Amino acid sequence: MNFSALLNAMPGAIAQGLIWGIMAIGVFITYKVLDLADLTVDGSMATGGAVCVMLMLNGVNVWIALLCAILAGMLAGLLTGVLHTAMGIPPILAGILTQLSLYSVNLAIMEFKANQGINVTKYALIVSQRNVRSADLGNPIFTVLLILALLIGVLYWFFGTELGSALRATGANEAMSRAQGINTNRAKILGLMISNGIVALSSALLSHYQGFVDVNMGRGAIVIGLAAVIISEVMFGKLFRNFALKLTGVALGAVLYYIVIQIVLWLGLNTNLLKLLSALIVAVFLGIPYWKAHFSVNRAGKGGREHA
Amino acid sequence: MLDLKNIRKTFNAKTVNEKVALNGLNLHLNDSDFVTVIGGNGAGKSTMLNAIAGVWPIDQGSIVIDGVDISRLPEHRRAPLLGRVFQDPMTGTAATMQIEENLALAARRGERRTLKAGISRVERNQYRDQLAALGLGLEDRMTAKVGLLSGGQRQALTLLMATLKKPKLLLLDEHTAALDPRTAEKVLQLSEKIVTENKLMTLMVTHNMRDAIRYGNRLIMMNDGKIILDIAGEEKQRLTVENLMSAFFKASGEEFANDRALLS
Repeated sequence: MNFSALLNAMPGAIAQGLIWGIMAIGVFITYKVLDLADLTVDGSMATGGAVCVMLMLNGVNVWIALLCAILAGMLAGLLTGVLHTAMGIPPILAGILTQLSLYSVNLAIMEFKANQGINVTKYALIVSQRNVRSADLGNPIFTVLLILALLIGVLYWFFGTELGSALRATGANEAMSRAQGINTNRAKILGLMISNGIVALSSALLSHYQGFVDVNMGRGAIVIGLAAVIISEVMFGKLFRNFALKLTGVALGAVLYYIVIQIVLWLGLNTNLLKLLSALIVAVFLGIPYWKAHFSVNRAGKGGREHA
Repeated sequence: MLDLKNIRKTFNAKTVNEKVALNGLNLHLNDSDFVTVIGGNGAGKSTMLNAIAGVWPIDQGSIVIDGVDISRLPEHRRAPLLGRVFQDPMTGTAATMQIEENLALAARRGERRTLKAGISRVERNQYRDQLAALGLGLEDRMTAKVGLLSGGQRQALTLLMATLKKPKLLLLDEHTAALDPRTAEKVLQLSEKIVTENKLMTLMVTHNMRDAIRYGNRLIMMNDGKIILDIAGEEKQRLTVENLMSAFFKASGEEFANDRALLS
């Protein structure tokens, strides 16, 4: 096996990991802060790219296109939130419904083509795979790091405000939140909107990075997001207590995930089996806390008997 | 002032599990009333408190506090008028948030939550003093997660949260039932202190007859979703557990089935 091939692939893995790290931060907000498993992301992870690329192909300024992509993602979150709070549909199912409908919506945005390319030489893309090995500031890794730092800063500020605290409280204890006058339905909708807006931002950046948007590019996004969240919890859980550090940990989790994927591919895994591997990783890491609790109880029981 | 008029609530209507929880309940409270509520299991005590708080909509009747009809308002919009402490110490606080964050959330009950900082320095100092007054040493642990506190500490904190912003009505729903006797006693005394100092109109549900007699100026007994006994003032002070029991038998005409009430 050729080790330099692996090294060569690392910048790409890191750049991709960082872009997906933005997406994972969106998942963190619903899954960890709001305590909702939101499957909308599998759809909004393509919507952001679709909106951004199509607008740019039609001559819209890149930053305006990016803003519209984020707004489109927030709209998707709003839909899931309304399905859940106003129609009483369980959050997982609400997310699945939005995700499914987004498949058609995304196709419609992309003028009913499964993918749309955007060329870095013709359009002012924010990041591009082409520069991933360059040693200057045009390297997408620097750009994404900058965006991540900005995003984490804004989120850190927001979740410290009265409104952000109300969102955290809603995720922590709904009954208590309502007793303290928080409109928990509105808090959930807002959280879902913020989360999917972030996911759409990641989607837009990813489509820039790879030079095209594909209607299937969000498939399994929730699993990658969860993987990043869980990896960060297992690896940095004890280290990162502060909210900003936790978000940073999630982004690092996504990078680690992509490095692992890259190594597995280098070891010769068939690319088509990647999703199976992803699911396996997430299942195992989700199981670890359960096993830990289960086995430590058993051990305590044994110890107790011995010392009795 | 609180006015409950002809309140009805049936759970699982038209099923085998149908339960008429509130059956034409009427109650009037004056601003100075500290009312203890007793009754057997399923008498409707907690249901009455939940109906006032708006946990679910009532089937019939009206709930009026200080002239404002809140019967149709959602739970979070009634919150500004109400302070609530629950039976389960887990319910009243957010375990994954800090002590001071919980207090800051409570201090904004009924206010629009904006993009201003969730907690200010001035507030922190104020909370420190208020926590110190509880006498539990919580003032030195303000950034600790509430999940690390004991049940008694959490109930004391919830009590402070419920009254940080003075409510029109304080609802204490068996808030000492999950605590050990000594802690329960402490929390009860603290409750009385807070109620008297702030002159709060209060409804306190309890399973303990002696506590029901000892605290408050008025005692009501519930059975089958209605109030069957209402004793206030001097008459209440002369009450004993024994004559409360016989009053119950007379009023309800049936055995008091609740062991906990009998034993206490």
